[in-house]
Amino acid sequence: MIRLNTTEELEELRQEILSRRDPEKPCISICAGAGCLASGAGEVIAAFRSEIEKHTLTVVVDIKGTGCPGFCERGPVVVIYPEEICYLQVTPKDVPEIVSKTIIEKQVLDRLVYVDATTGEKAIHEYDIPFYKNQVRNVICNNIKIDSKSIDDYLAIGGYSALAKVLSGMTGKEVTEEVKKSGLRGRGGAGFPTGKKWEGSRNDPEKTKYVIVNADEGDPGAFMDRALLEGNPHSILEGLIIGGYAIGANEGFVYVRQEYPLAVVNINLAVIQAEKYGLLGKNILGSGFDFIVKVHQGAGAFVCGESTALMTALEGKAGEPRPKYVRSNIKGLWNKPSVLNNVETWANVPIIINKGADWFTQIGTESSKGTKIFSLVGKITNTGLVEIPMGTTLKDIISKIGGGIPGGKKFKAVQTGGPSGGCIPEEQLDLEVGFEELTRAGSMMGSGGMIVMDEDTCMVDVARYFINFLTDESCGKCLPCREGLRQMNKILTNITEGKGKEGDIELLEVLSETAVEASLCALGKSAPNPFLSTLRYFRDEYEAHIREKRCPALYCKELIRYYIDAEKCSGCMICLKKCPVGAINGEKKKIHIIDQEKCTNCGTCFEVCPARFGAVKKISGEPLPSPVPEEERIITR
Amino acid sequence: MTEILLQIDGKEVRAREGMTLLEIAQSEGISIPKLCHHEKLIPFGGCRLCIVEVESGSSKKLVVSCVYPGEENLVVRTRSEKIDRIRKTLLELLLAHAPNSPELQDLMQEYGADKNRFEKEASFCIHCGLCVRYCAEVKKLNAVGFVDRGINKEICFIPEIACAECHKCMECFPLCPTSWLQAVFVLTEGLAFSTNSSVTQSKE
Repeated sequence: MIRLNTTEELEELRQEILSRRDPEKPCISICAGAGCLASGAGEVIAAFRSEIEKHTLTVVVDIKGTGCPGFCERGPVVVIYPEEICYLQVTPKDVPEIVSKTIIEKQVLDRLVYVDATTGEKAIHEYDIPFYKNQVRNVICNNIKIDSKSIDDYLAIGGYSALAKVLSGMTGKEVTEEVKKSGLRGRGGAGFPTGKKWEGSRNDPEKTKYVIVNADEGDPGAFMDRALLEGNPHSILEGLIIGGYAIGANEGFVYVRQEYPLAVVNINLAVIQAEKYGLLGKNILGSGFDFIVKVHQGAGAFVCGESTALMTALEGKAGEPRPKYVRSNIKGLWNKPSVLNNVETWANVPIIINKGADWFTQIGTESSKGTKIFSLVGKITNTGLVEIPMGTTLKDIISKIGGGIPGGKKFKAVQTGGPSGGCIPEEQLDLEVGFEELTRAGSMMGSGGMIVMDEDTCMVDVARYFINFLTDESCGKCLPCREGLRQMNKILTNITEGKGKEGDIELLEVLSETAVEASLCALGKSAPNPFLSTLRYFRDEYEAHIREKRCPALYCKELIRYYIDAEKCSGCMICLKKCPVGAINGEKKKIHIIDQEKCTNCGTCFEVCPARFGAVKKISGEPLPSPVPEEERIITR
Repeated sequence: MTEILLQIDGKEVRAREGMTLLEIAQSEGISIPKLCHHEKLIPFGGCRLCIVEVESGSSKKLVVSCVYPGEENLVVRTRSEKIDRIRKTLLELLLAHAPNSPELQDLMQEYGADKNRFEKEASFCIHCGLCVRYCAEVKKLNAVGFVDRGINKEICFIPEIACAECHKCMECFPLCPTSWLQAVFVLTEGLAFSTNSSVTQSKE
């Protein structure tokens, strides 16, 4: 590798890389993100390599492991260039046929392309698939175009051109102004205006300053930062270097959670590659600007995603938050001005610099600009990462992109904003996604988790689940969060177990007020949200649990009973054989009966009873029908 | 040093810039309850009992006085219905751990807290961190520390340091609001120091 000494040399290198590449050369790109790897992408890549070798096509066909394109539901995802044919759920067994038919004979394999479940229409190209078609993929789009381990791939798609633009013709102040003008707001949770944060640090007279990437993504079900860091680590690095230049910092940190091993590998590799080209280090591209980056691995604490706790951990101490009455962009890491932004925020920076603030402000709403990546999970047909312009309605995200709720179930609520976000009910689905809009609805933007829940979800249990998670993750420094959540967790658990009592809701409200008003950090202040938002929209469910010992969603194990409908049971013995505790009595052609004393409410009988009978019933809060007398159990129908 | 003028509970107060609200209030003889504060230690902001209301211009918010710096023209209220309600709940959460602590009982009377509101927890430490921070910041010994995280966090003596240092110091004992610290030490001593001759000899 050569060291680049000027922006011209960077351009020359880019042209040289491009001249070596033929856009018409066939390329098989396979998603090598964590999701697809878990569904076997590693084996698929290996199979392609050996198959291509077998056909002696190694020289004429490229194979690439790329970043995550987001359609995790249908992984491993394979895209074949130059035709851009997209194959889904590819297994190693499909590989020989793909090579012989698609690569050699240029035929499309119908069985591997996307088929719309409702219309039956096929989509050959990625951009024709409704999941992608309805998105605006400004940030995550490059994941699929590059080998996440190759800096040359990043340069080939224009990488580091924003850095070159900044270093060759903009002052730090101009860069800050441009970001400020773009209206970009932090993608990590609070939505603080990024440019304003930079400006505060920039204007501080202190000489030593820091810029930090917060890649401690800990929300259950959220993986957008992981996808960006794994798939396109150089874009984050480029954003960080630009940020360092803008505020006058010569040192940057990437705080990445150790639970993301591939992200750790890829960002470390990216740093080494950038150093070799001289895009990090002394006198970057001859500009006189020095900048280094250190990668720091988190040790598995959710609270370290909170900015002050993250900085305390970077300092080598236990990751606990500290009071923030003086903002960390003025007194942050080692008490120096420190700009900490989320992965996705940094990834937006090179785009803003390249395309301009005016372009960026055209996307989104009045107060929330640009696009936002959400990880759409839960009871949704198309699980995956979706990038949409701010202002898109929740309904569009769930039905147009997400493909609705599977199994003909009814939508109940969508939880946004991570564990301390809130649940939004059906009547608010027209809500346009934006920072203020989500907060007004009792939830928040958070870092972009979006969990869809159907009618089988118990909202009290949802609150219990998240409060339990947060109790576990509380750092314990301040009392309202540590002890308050512990008590809330106990009360909510009691309610879901049928041990709720009058006054519990009021007590939970008092504990919530205490945590919201008196906690030290944002984690504690927002922790009661799962309870508060479910109470706001689903109070009747709390009351049913407490007063009638009834779970309306038929979910809470302690509050439901199973029985076999005598009219529908055909005496097929399936449930009887599958019952793990031998609680079902009966014989062939004789009505089966559940022994309620032995039953553990595991639900196996309910799941295995053939749909054409539907004889196993689940009830809550109502009396069980008395079993058919022994002599009447013989089925004659 | 610049002097600032602010108001606490309706009283005009002069203070040095950089002083926390708690320090300013204390210097004026205004009492604010606190459990994790100690004048020799860096403010911690853990127990949150010293919560007060501040008003500046049109904005009003609750802050913790032991870490919040005084500002010119700030209007501070140390008691209100809401503040008292929050302090009462905080005390009740602590009383689930240490129902017999004299310090907590005094505050319990003042704020009308119910020591049986929450189910009792069999751990007497209320995580104020006074012992840990005093040993680290004042004595510079780190003989006692925190282990684990969140609700599982406990204080723990480091045997190697404690057996050499603690018997001649014990300055942390009177700091503990629940006396639990002393029990932990005695337990550690019984389990870990019994073979150490220096401790045994010093006792004899």
